[in-house]
Amino acid sequence: MKAGSMKIVVQPEAFDLGTEVDAMRRGRTDIGAIASFVGLARDMNEGSGVRAMTLEHYPGMTEKALTALVEEAGSRWALLDVTVIHRVGRLLPGDPIVLVAVAGSHRGEAFAACEFIMDYLKTRAPFWKKEETPTGERWVDARASDDSAAARWVVPPDQ
Amino acid sequence: MKLRVLYFARLRERFGLAEEEVELNGTTAADLVAQLQARGGVWAEELAAGRAFRVAVNQDVVALDASLPDNAEVAIFPPVTGG
Repeated sequence: MKAGSMKIVVQPEAFDLGTEVDAMRRGRTDIGAIASFVGLARDMNEGSGVRAMTLEHYPGMTEKALTALVEEAGSRWALLDVTVIHRVGRLLPGDPIVLVAVAGSHRGEAFAACEFIMDYLKTRAPFWKKEETPTGERWVDARASDDSAAARWVVPPDQ
Repeated sequence: MKLRVLYFARLRERFGLAEEEVELNGTTAADLVAQLQARGGVWAEELAAGRAFRVAVNQDVVALDASLPDNAEVAIFPPVTGG
């Protein structure tokens, strides 16, 4: 991935997947594949209804952590472009939370890097969710399944 | 040494504090955690051994035995839950 060919944004505003993918493609014909992921706010978690959630983050470290994990993806796969957008602030069920789009020459690296970036983002980027439920507010607990998803990508030593 | 210490999410709410200056009597992240635990109350409870929290120094997550540079920005926060 060439220096500068990544877009990393933390913003309260919504984003549009089509707009972001079009921006990646515009003016170039070397891209053979774009894989994308959009995470959405759900109306249910841990068995109770969720009316809204608020995403808090650590300004400065968030951008640094996202840049580091996109650079890590770029060192593992031959990528042509990466976009990561993560929202903060109060979100309602159905609202988009996070977007990852990865462009490559072929689908293999695009699919793999997209999943890798999401798995690492879940465990390394300093965001925290607080949910509004019928019985009050609660901070979301980290999940062991997110740690094991990220651990899949650790390269065994001496390999 | 002098440190700028930030708290986020559940810890910020429990401590009732987003940021403070701390004069650390020690050199490592573990020394800082011990000094904060010694305040008792919610500090002792949330930073007790076995409780899940992370420490970042100048915006990189570190192990508790990491040395702290003078005037470092240290953040203490729960495991992350974004995405």
